Amino acid sequence: MSEPLLSIRGLRAKVDGEDGEILRGVDLDVQRGEVHALMGPNGSGKSTLAKVIAGHPAYEVTAGEILFEGEDVLELEPDERSRAGIFLAFQYPAEIPGVSIANFLRTAVNARLGEGEEMDVFGFQRTLTEKMEMLKMDPGFAARYVNDGFSGGEKKRNEILQMAVLRPALGVLDETDSGLDIDALKIVASGVNRLSEADEALGVLLITHYKRILNYIRPDRVHVMMAGRIAESGGASLADKLEAEGYDWLHRAVAAV
Amino acid sequence: MPRNETITELGLDEYKYGFVTEDQPVFKAVPGLSEDIVRQISHHKEEPDWMLEFRLKALEVYYSKPMPKWGGDLSKLEDTLDEIYFYLKPQDQMERSWDDVPQEIKDTFEKLGIPEAERKALAGVGAQYESEMVYHSLKEQWEEQGVIFESIEDGLAKHPELFRQYFSTVVPTHDNKFAALNSAVWSGGSFVYIPKGVKVEIPLQAYFRVNAERMGQFERTLIICEEGAEAHYIEGCTAPVYSTDSFHSGVIEIVVKKGARFRYTTIQNWSNNMYNLVTQRALVHEEAKMEWLDGNLGSKLTMKYPSCYLVGERAHGEILSIAYAGDGQHQDTGGKVIHAAPNTTSQITSKSISKGLGRSSYRGLCKVYDGAEGAKSNVECDALLLDETSRTDTYPYIEIDENTASIGHEATVSKVGDEQLFYLMSRGLDEAEAMAMIVRGFIEPVAKELPLEYAIELNRLIELEMEGSVG
Repeated sequence: MSEPLLSIRGLRAKVDGEDGEILRGVDLDVQRGEVHALMGPNGSGKSTLAKVIAGHPAYEVTAGEILFEGEDVLELEPDERSRAGIFLAFQYPAEIPGVSIANFLRTAVNARLGEGEEMDVFGFQRTLTEKMEMLKMDPGFAARYVNDGFSGGEKKRNEILQMAVLRPALGVLDETDSGLDIDALKIVASGVNRLSEADEALGVLLITHYKRILNYIRPDRVHVMMAGRIAESGGASLADKLEAEGYDWLHRAVAAV
Repeated sequence: MPRNETITELGLDEYKYGFVTEDQPVFKAVPGLSEDIVRQISHHKEEPDWMLEFRLKALEVYYSKPMPKWGGDLSKLEDTLDEIYFYLKPQDQMERSWDDVPQEIKDTFEKLGIPEAERKALAGVGAQYESEMVYHSLKEQWEEQGVIFESIEDGLAKHPELFRQYFSTVVPTHDNKFAALNSAVWSGGSFVYIPKGVKVEIPLQAYFRVNAERMGQFERTLIICEEGAEAHYIEGCTAPVYSTDSFHSGVIEIVVKKGARFRYTTIQNWSNNMYNLVTQRALVHEEAKMEWLDGNLGSKLTMKYPSCYLVGERAHGEILSIAYAGDGQHQDTGGKVIHAAPNTTSQITSKSISKGLGRSSYRGLCKVYDGAEGAKSNVECDALLLDETSRTDTYPYIEIDENTASIGHEATVSKVGDEQLFYLMSRGLDEAEAMAMIVRGFIEPVAKELPLEYAIELNRLIELEMEGSVG
């Protein structure tokens, strides 16, 4: 088997300056072209894992490694990880008043090019318009300031739009489904599916609290996180079992270890 | 919070206008202030007697008023003023062609890009060097329509009645200590008259340059915008960097008649050894509109509150203010709106950025007189702190004597937060780029109101990379 897209080994992490590990030995492999769902109760460490993968400065990795396409990324700054092909769709995206989505995304696209190179403005505009149509977004959206005054659904759609334009090798979607009504959820899910179809090598790590989104995005693998570790992994049917039985049986299983 | 070196990389503290020009002034008064100096200034300008009397009276008012105890730290100013040159005449006469301006002074303005800007995009240009306007010119097209754009001295000499009718009516001598000082020693500045119904579509610009060490510059500008007329006046200011302090204290008076529109834009970029204490005020008549666009980027201490006195029904006043305070800088800025007639409206928008040991204060007054029925005013002030050491304060004064007035005030303070930086960096922007984007976004509401070349100038200050050495 070829080298995994993402390979996490024995990863331990805590909030910088605090005691108490939140991640306590995570092991996880994502192959190219696979969709993995990461489930688990609140406080199990799912979102921390997402932020640590992207390089959030508030967390300190105390042990273990994260290999992306075989390279250790722990020493890389968040922007370097992004340019290497890691994308995090935020659960709570920050607001950047005064900066339009178009301007922001063009800067981000140009940051991927060499020194002094710039993407042709019309080409960029075409790409942006096309991706916005895919996500059923109003064309006027591109002129709005990044996340400024957006509804929850608009913020999540904006995250997927960015992923569509930046075309990462790995998309980590941190509770992209939370706070969405069913119509918005379908649009976001179909957007992710179309990105997967367009790029067969795209790896997705879909972090979610609920099974609902897995009705629209079919995962290849499902993992359950408990108390900072992957407690259980399985096929898509594991999500059904969690939906039917909750997390209690896992709590008991983890406690028994 | 972002690392300090990243903030430095933004180039906010870079000052590229700090060069000094070697020149030969034709007259330089002894340092310090005295009745003698005031008489010398008046004598050099060959003024009518009434102006000398006006100046001498103003000097008394200046001496009689105490140093303000509010605003910025003025405790060392009195000592500084003893050392300041109050009058420095750079050349014998003002010129109307750049070719006639002494080479070294012309070179200075070439370096500042003034003649080029004039050719490209301006209706007229005035250039002041030390105490005098060295160049003043108005394109023929506007002259033919009766527009007057002269040095203030020529305004007094050539249009004595018009001048006297308005001079010191908007900012009276006793208004404040520094208005009194300016009234005593004023020198340079513009006299602008826009006739009824004339719309000057491209800006008039005045550029103020201080070159000598320990210089005091006291320009005085008087602008009359007749009924239904429209114009836009831009002033820019720079100075060399010296270890001693310099002083700038201007007075700007503007009369905006019925239905007229006037916009006054300042891009103040003095070096960080300059005290900048300025009184700017507009009298806004019925259905007229006045806009102040006030950018304060340089100076050691600026105390400046552009004002709109809304004296005619449905008059509208707007003040858009942007301030940047870096290490050792205090920007005490804001605006005043006085509603003295029914259905008058006003808007103050203030944006400040503070960094390092810099401090920016918003100081504003909204006053509604009894009888100004239906007056509406809205104040928004937003402060952005780039790090943990910078400081911002808000001093909004609101005095309402009219029940039907509607007043809004909103103030926010934000820090460039880790979450914002992380978000932008997670999209591939490096830290300096991310920081610059946040700052640019913050000033966007003001920058978009500026003519393009000034927006670029403003944005240049938040460019990512340090340019070569300063000056």
